[in-house]
Amino acid sequence: MSDSTGSLERAASLPLVELIDVARYFDVSAPWLNRVIERKPRQILRAVDGVSFAIERGETLGLVGESGCGKSTVARLIVGLYRPTRGEIRYAGRLVDFADPELALRRTMQMIFQDPYASLNPRWRVKDIVAEPIRAHGLAQTPAVLAAKVVALLEQVGLAGADGAKYPHQFSGGQRQRISIARALATDPAFLICDEPTSALDVSVQAQVLNLMRRLQHELGLTYLFISHNLAVVHHIADRVGVMYLGRVVEFARTRQLFTSPQHPYTRMLLAAVPDLAMTGVPRTAVGGEVPNPLDPPTGCAFHPRCPYANQRCRRETPLLKTVPLAEPGTGQVACHAVEEGRLAPVALALP
Amino acid sequence: MKSADPLLVVEHLRVEFPTRRGTLTAVDDVSLSIAAGEVLGVVGESGAGKSLTGAAIIGLIDPPGRIAGGEIRLAGRRIDNLPQEALRRIRGREIGAVFQDPLTSLNPLYTVGRQLVETITTHLDLGQKAARDRALSLLNEVGISAPERRIDHYPHQFSGGMRQRVVIALALAAKPKLIIADEPTTALDVSIQAQIIALLKRLCRDHDTAVMLITHDMGVIAETADRVAVMYAGRVAEIGPVADVIHRPQHPYTAGLMGSIPSIVAEREELAQIDGTMPRLTAIPSGCAFNPRCPQVFDRCRRERPDLLPAGSTLAACWLHACDVVPVP
Repeated sequence: MSDSTGSLERAASLPLVELIDVARYFDVSAPWLNRVIERKPRQILRAVDGVSFAIERGETLGLVGESGCGKSTVARLIVGLYRPTRGEIRYAGRLVDFADPELALRRTMQMIFQDPYASLNPRWRVKDIVAEPIRAHGLAQTPAVLAAKVVALLEQVGLAGADGAKYPHQFSGGQRQRISIARALATDPAFLICDEPTSALDVSVQAQVLNLMRRLQHELGLTYLFISHNLAVVHHIADRVGVMYLGRVVEFARTRQLFTSPQHPYTRMLLAAVPDLAMTGVPRTAVGGEVPNPLDPPTGCAFHPRCPYANQRCRRETPLLKTVPLAEPGTGQVACHAVEEGRLAPVALALP
Repeated sequence: MKSADPLLVVEHLRVEFPTRRGTLTAVDDVSLSIAAGEVLGVVGESGAGKSLTGAAIIGLIDPPGRIAGGEIRLAGRRIDNLPQEALRRIRGREIGAVFQDPLTSLNPLYTVGRQLVETITTHLDLGQKAARDRALSLLNEVGISAPERRIDHYPHQFSGGMRQRVVIALALAAKPKLIIADEPTTALDVSIQAQIIALLKRLCRDHDTAVMLITHDMGVIAETADRVAVMYAGRVAEIGPVADVIHRPQHPYTAGLMGSIPSIVAEREELAQIDGTMPRLTAIPSGCAFNPRCPQVFDRCRRERPDLLPAGSTLAACWLHACDVVPVP
């Protein structure tokens, strides 16, 4: 790290990233004229509605949820691709203001996207793709230094230095994702936001990329926000996991705790729904219902129409994320009236 | 292992794509069988030839691709060399299909009722009224609530999971003996996926329909299939009962594949890793196609291509199991 990030390192005791009651609404109303003539109301999509969490240095925070739960919007809020409608995002203790063109901060945060076919410019050679962030931030003084750095980056992610002369189409999906990772690492970031980085890859290639990401985390002391719909992948890579449902975090816990003693009925349902190799021939309890339309979310707890434990209070009152004791030693945070009132006893799944 | 009288028999199937630079063999010498009421899982990574095998069975290989060799028999009758018109009568009537994306398998301009009625009247000898009644009972059977109202809705008015239910209703409309399900749950969220898999299993058990379940998701196979075929570079690498293939894999590729799947129960510091990627069709290595990535490769693997050999309780195309030398007929 260079001296410009020194102030960030002084704040080492603080969480690296902190979200405080962050919300992002999208206006998806019909055009003005249609609203006037057809008397259509304004429609607001609450993609993320009051999310708070902190990511410690060097840890991997996993964020899981089904399509439309707002997990990718959280990623985009943190890197500044969207501005929050409400709440604040702190990076190393400082309020992040994306109107401020301060590049030092952007340099320390990088993003890896899902589709390695769409995120690399097909007309650029790999070495230019990897060199772009270095050039943009002025991190290499001479072309020779730049070229050496690009080669080092490619080798770090398991490619050959000579691969820099090729174009993205000459690589397979897994190799392209390695190129994306090399580019993300080009500015010596401290924090990587990975939005479904392995969802487009085959399992054997996914294993290669996950192993690579783990190795890089050990070597470079990286902090990851790892977003995925795949619970098994999150179980493998994350230290702590947040479960999202319709724009809110419904449960937070250490990975082991979340997977052995899930609290929130939604988390229990998700875990029951995942097919796993260890469960050959074991029938799963299929859960009824679907994710509701986010434009017209249910009142109270958004999960109540699918929840077997819902009562009047759940239909009325939105539960807040509260710390609860778990069946195993330790605590987790759950947003559920039933758990809070003790109507839903903590469980410890008997797993092999 | 094969039942006495399998419903579907595929023998030495070969699918080729002629190109300007020579002929590519996408499916090479694939043999498998499915008994009545059985669920055969077909797994493999992208480009392994699993979808093409399914497409060949229902005669949906797009030109210039063609079946260049082998035989496909459904209930004892050869179907790979039938003229288009005869094939069209088999599709839907005897073999149903469920594809990955329910939005593209349904016509967006017709109501789901019209599509169901059309399928039913094409294949079964029923009048409009009877066909509509059958459509309603099918929708009810696949778990669509208030079918009397939903039958006149268009596909876009259904959610992804509900659309896939409609597609399953369509596939079952003419009471086929076999359903080819190609990645039926890949486009769906995990909670919906569980519902669809449970539905498919229940319906096929109730109707004694066999299923060829093509997917890349080993977890789905693990809990659904009776037997599984693992494909690699256009060939079957291993085939056998699902529990044996998963827990006692005999082919090094299967073993690597199983080790590379993260689990929600087991804790592993590092996933098993098969280095490299599956070869492109233009550059299939000589001998065993897996030999450049295989941790247990030896001389013979580079020279000779292995056939399926008995290995434990499965069949594996690997020279490691060649001690008895006699290949299976």
